[in-house]
Amino acid sequence: MDTTQADDAREAEFNAIIDADGRIEPRDWMPEQYRRTLIRQIAQHAHSEIIGMQPEGNWITRAPSLKRKAILMAKVQDEAGHGMYLYSAAETLGVSRDELLDLLHAGKQKYSSIFNYPTLTWADIGAIGWLVDGAAITNQVPLCRCSYGPYGRAMVRICKEESFHQRQGFELLLTLSRGSEAQKAMAQDAVDRWWYPSLAMFGPPDDASTHTEQSMRWGIKRFTNDELRQKFVDMTVPQSEVLGLRLPDPDLRWNAERGHYDFTQPDFDELFRVIKGDGPCNRQRMAHKVAAHENGAWVREAAEAYAAKRSAEQEVAA
Amino acid sequence: MNELATYALRLGDDALILSHRLGEWIAAAPQLEEDIALANIALDLLGQARTLLTYAGEVEGAGRDEDALAYRRDEREFVNCQLAELPNGDFGVTMARQLAFASYQYELYDRLRTSQDATLAAIAGKAVKEVAYHRDHAAQWVLRLGDGTDESHRRMQSGLEEIWPFVDELFEPDELTGRLAAAGIAVDPAALREPWDSYVGAVIARATLSVPQPVFRGRGGRQGIHTEAMGHLLAQMQHLHRAHPGASW
Amino acid sequence: MSRDWPLWEVFVRSRRGLSHIHVGSLHAPDAEMAVRNARDVYTRRNEGVSIWVVPSAAITASSPDEKDSFFDPAADKAYRHPTFYEIPDEVRHL
Repeated sequence: MDTTQADDAREAEFNAIIDADGRIEPRDWMPEQYRRTLIRQIAQHAHSEIIGMQPEGNWITRAPSLKRKAILMAKVQDEAGHGMYLYSAAETLGVSRDELLDLLHAGKQKYSSIFNYPTLTWADIGAIGWLVDGAAITNQVPLCRCSYGPYGRAMVRICKEESFHQRQGFELLLTLSRGSEAQKAMAQDAVDRWWYPSLAMFGPPDDASTHTEQSMRWGIKRFTNDELRQKFVDMTVPQSEVLGLRLPDPDLRWNAERGHYDFTQPDFDELFRVIKGDGPCNRQRMAHKVAAHENGAWVREAAEAYAAKRSAEQEVAA
Repeated sequence: MNELATYALRLGDDALILSHRLGEWIAAAPQLEEDIALANIALDLLGQARTLLTYAGEVEGAGRDEDALAYRRDEREFVNCQLAELPNGDFGVTMARQLAFASYQYELYDRLRTSQDATLAAIAGKAVKEVAYHRDHAAQWVLRLGDGTDESHRRMQSGLEEIWPFVDELFEPDELTGRLAAAGIAVDPAALREPWDSYVGAVIARATLSVPQPVFRGRGGRQGIHTEAMGHLLAQMQHLHRAHPGASW
Repeated sequence: MSRDWPLWEVFVRSRRGLSHIHVGSLHAPDAEMAVRNARDVYTRRNEGVSIWVVPSAAITASSPDEKDSFFDPAADKAYRHPTFYEIPDEVRHL
């Protein structure tokens, strides 16, 4: 058989697995575009977890109670762990974590635009847990059934840990909204600032989204951006009522005919601007990440040098 | 505050302040795996701090809980050792501080497990397993940095020089520890010096480093005399809590 | 281009009576650090009973497709994939 026929046979097998809702594993043949799409998606997901450590880590040293401090440290630690699971999944596709970090640091791979917003008050930590993690969970649960095995399995592990994150954010805001006038105002102010950026996390509207169809065909994406955004709104509105906090959308209302909430779309021009680099914290997030990496170079090199010395000794001894 | 409460507070403040310093490393560590390791240590220490502070408050019997003690005392009322409050510096300074402090906590908790005070014994029983791991983590890094590259050797030695003036204070007994140790409740800090020297000295030697000989010695932490760094640390740690008196979080 | 700590695969046996399960991978400079990092990353919520770490390079994988004659040897390289890099248009002959 010549290579074209061999390729066709492999592609047919690949498609058969996808159509049967099976899983593609690391050593399977896969179309180059499938591999590239996955590498980019998984890597950007991993980068998002890592960059996300910054806005939340911003309040660790100022947490107003020891219990909250412990919860926040554990949450940020979880995010580091999630980044690790995802880099591991990406590495099964033939790329190294170091290469991915180089692309992040050079601005050639992105991270979720939500993390380009600043955490200005303690209540922002609650808003991130409730809204941002809520949106992330809405996105992530379907990914547990992604066609690529390692990514789906990483997502299962992540989703198990993520549920505590959203609950702690909700509970933090509940405590504030039942607290003093100043605390309640702090909570409302945070929700006012984080609502629309959270809606924008689901990406551009379906009619402006270029990759959705191919990703859905390949089982990488299970629902469209608009479907997920609607799902998030429907889930969140009743929660806001329990919180006694107002979502900053005067046109938000239940539509009995549709069986969903009508809501105002986020400003997608703002989303594109932030993605391109013009968000409040883009420069700061990148500078912080690059500095940590560069400041740590001597440490990483030392560990490599030590390991090399020890294995050289072992060779001599053997 | 009575002596048992003060003793618990010293141990608790040590853990609280060092945990705070380690929390500053999160999202800034040299490798992702290290962000996780340092966060683990910080969380362990915070857990120790919370149980010790809570116990100190109970023994004191004046209605102060862990947050009242952590957030509403001023600089001169904190009784942690000065080593714990030192700024993180670079990774070499932090690992030097970790080696010194975790090794001290290990020897302390190992003996405190048999305290006549049941609560302290229980706290120590759990904590000794945690700090055994912290000590090992620090030793692994001191070895790699000391015996890694020329630059890491220089920085690791420099880290030891930076923290060593604050080592003696860990082992200084006073009347309080004397009385409580005689009653079988506390551990005599001076008794910890020899095993500490033995372990830490061995790590330093294996790492091709040398034990510093500082002229200056930090002292006074147990009497509430701290370095200037402490005021800034507390200002950051306490400000939000203090800005909303009586609030629940 | 920065260098990388080697990649290790992590296996955890969470209870006696079970076998080790592959849980993911991590980077570490050597085996001692790898097993410690694995404890931090993969057993944070519970005490894992036993952790194995294996350098990824030491793993020999079987081919999932037994009809091996179709399987191009070039596709066998696990960790180098030149087509993944995004090369700017102005760079020629790459």
